[in-house]
Amino acid sequence: MSTSQPELATKIVSWGGTAVVGRELHSEDLTAITRDVPLARGLGRSYGDASLPPPDELRVAGTRLADRVLAFDTATGVVRAEAGLALQTLNRLFLGRGFYSPVTPGTQYISLGGMVAADVHGKNHHASGSTGAHLRSLRLRVGDGRIVGCSLDRESELFRATIGGMGLTGHVLEVELQLEAIPSPWILSESLRIDDIDHFVAELKASASDWPYTMGWIDCVSRGRRMGRGILNRGRWARPEEAPARLPTPLQRPDFPVQMPGWVLSRPFVRVLNEGLYRVHVPKRKRGIRHPETFFYPLDAIGHWNRLYGRRGFTQYQCVLPDEAGPGAARRLLELLTRKGRASPLCVIKDCGPQGVGTLSFPLRGISVAIDFAIRADTQSIIDDLNEHVIGEGGRVYLAKDLFTRAEHLRRMDQRLETWLAVRDKWDPQHRLRSAQSVRLLGDRSS
Amino acid sequence: MKVVFLGATQGIGRALARLMAVRGDQLFLVGRNSETLGRSARDLEIRAGSDLAVGTAYCDLEDPASFAPALDAAATALGGFDCVVVTAGVFGSQEDLERDAERTRRLLVVNFAHTVVFCEEARRRLAERAGGTLCVFSSVAGDRGRKPVVLYGSAKAGLSRYLEGLDHRFRAAGLRTVCVKPGFVRTAMTDGRPEPPFATDPEPVAKRVLRAIDRGSPVVYAPPVWACVMIVIRSLPRFVMRRIGF
Repeated sequence: MSTSQPELATKIVSWGGTAVVGRELHSEDLTAITRDVPLARGLGRSYGDASLPPPDELRVAGTRLADRVLAFDTATGVVRAEAGLALQTLNRLFLGRGFYSPVTPGTQYISLGGMVAADVHGKNHHASGSTGAHLRSLRLRVGDGRIVGCSLDRESELFRATIGGMGLTGHVLEVELQLEAIPSPWILSESLRIDDIDHFVAELKASASDWPYTMGWIDCVSRGRRMGRGILNRGRWARPEEAPARLPTPLQRPDFPVQMPGWVLSRPFVRVLNEGLYRVHVPKRKRGIRHPETFFYPLDAIGHWNRLYGRRGFTQYQCVLPDEAGPGAARRLLELLTRKGRASPLCVIKDCGPQGVGTLSFPLRGISVAIDFAIRADTQSIIDDLNEHVIGEGGRVYLAKDLFTRAEHLRRMDQRLETWLAVRDKWDPQHRLRSAQSVRLLGDRSS
Repeated sequence: MKVVFLGATQGIGRALARLMAVRGDQLFLVGRNSETLGRSARDLEIRAGSDLAVGTAYCDLEDPASFAPALDAAATALGGFDCVVVTAGVFGSQEDLERDAERTRRLLVVNFAHTVVFCEEARRRLAERAGGTLCVFSSVAGDRGRKPVVLYGSAKAGLSRYLEGLDHRFRAAGLRTVCVKPGFVRTAMTDGRPEPPFATDPEPVAKRVLRAIDRGSPVVYAPPVWACVMIVIRSLPRFVMRRIGF
């Protein structure tokens, strides 16, 4: 232990590896630490710059110590909790009591506040919508420092703007959420090997009515006839007679030890890896009872899997293409992706339902595609091209993953932005609440 | 177990109280702020998932007059108790304390004198029920006079000695004393301070402490590596301690 003064500024790092100088304040008392900060930050799982402070501010409120469950109704499954509560804790607490989070993304290391800010969606978007659809109410600290409760009945404009508002309309202090009643704590799942992208989209849409949870992994290295081949996963909560009598035990996870060197993501290596992942799936259709944590969170099995991408970090490009763009939209996007020639082991395709209650909620009825890129010199130009394409198709990108979209592209892809900006101006005319992302995308001041 | 808890709203105390609640121990929280006590009590009730209510009462380590009424309220609500846990305390860096004599006085009084007075009240009540466990959080800072923790460490040294004495004097009568010596744990108390080696999170520390309470271990270092570190530190000659910054 040194006798030096306490270190005030350290680094805040996003999940994709972008680092800025800054400090996360931590306290069990969120009302105390949210008073003078531009942004609140949960578990830091957003890939891009959404959880990073603007360049002129050092401090953000870290919410993870504020994790108390404040109320739970065993009959209805409505839970109220502080914003720092981790989804993992919530799910483990209530799984044995017959309830689960109604919406869950691919990781459970996220906070309730973060789920609200990004209006997180999951494999069941086509069936259940995004987080906002299940929110009962929020307690926020808005830009002028006041604490305000809001819901669809009370300050509904603020409520809707906060769902998917990337933390810029108020620091989320408390969340009231309707949990989903589940028939058993186990998942019945099926996986199918799919030959190409057109079959993939067709199979996703065909699965929608019987399977609340669907998603697909795409081998995005193969081209031509096999372009977009992959594995489709679908699942539903098992009925009591299908499920084991015992409770699933919480899973332990090893940590990814080191930053990997760049060649791990080279095209030949990824080609071999993807070929293997595809081939090893025999027979073509598999069915079985799965632990909910392995079904929903395959990547959580390894802590710090982001180190796979090495020191330069990575970004994820996730966009949604509307049904109106026609059945070939996913193929056109994949063609562009493979032409750009960036090898990635992770490419995910999902079916989306109608747009949610959040003013800036990401999903809309259509197909969502997400792909990870290691950051290189040409990443900006690749994403510019992808964005031009997505705008042409009438789609949009997911801000929780975004690091490279330009302000001008966001304006063109999201007509709802004006409405949202007006609500933000009403509650926070001086734009006290800001992030690195809002400086980049909304032109907020950075000094 | 029936447990009276001073410090369950924050840090390691919060993590320990949750482990106790989840496994079915009956809890009663005492502390300064009734609102945050109430919120923590609800949290523990919901996590426990049983119908057992977690009661609360006012108790402030700066206000010794609050000790006896708080413990009596706990005894009434629980129908007697067999475990008292004290994780509350204050922290100040050596630099801050050297600059501020009043803050130093308060820290020494709260962390040593008043904590001992609270433990005496608790000990008497435990003895009336033929014993029980008194678990108190001291620190590795009290094991040796060290440059970065001269003042904080001196109060913790006194507290550790007191707990050791209690253990010797009353163990035969059924009072089990558990003195916890955590190293650097990432909590609000240590937030913003540079992390030394072996820094850890509250949950693993809480697990270790709970095991020590169940076994009645008189001294527990957490994480365990500190037991080895402190063996070395305690055996270093003074001329070495004067030179190193540890």
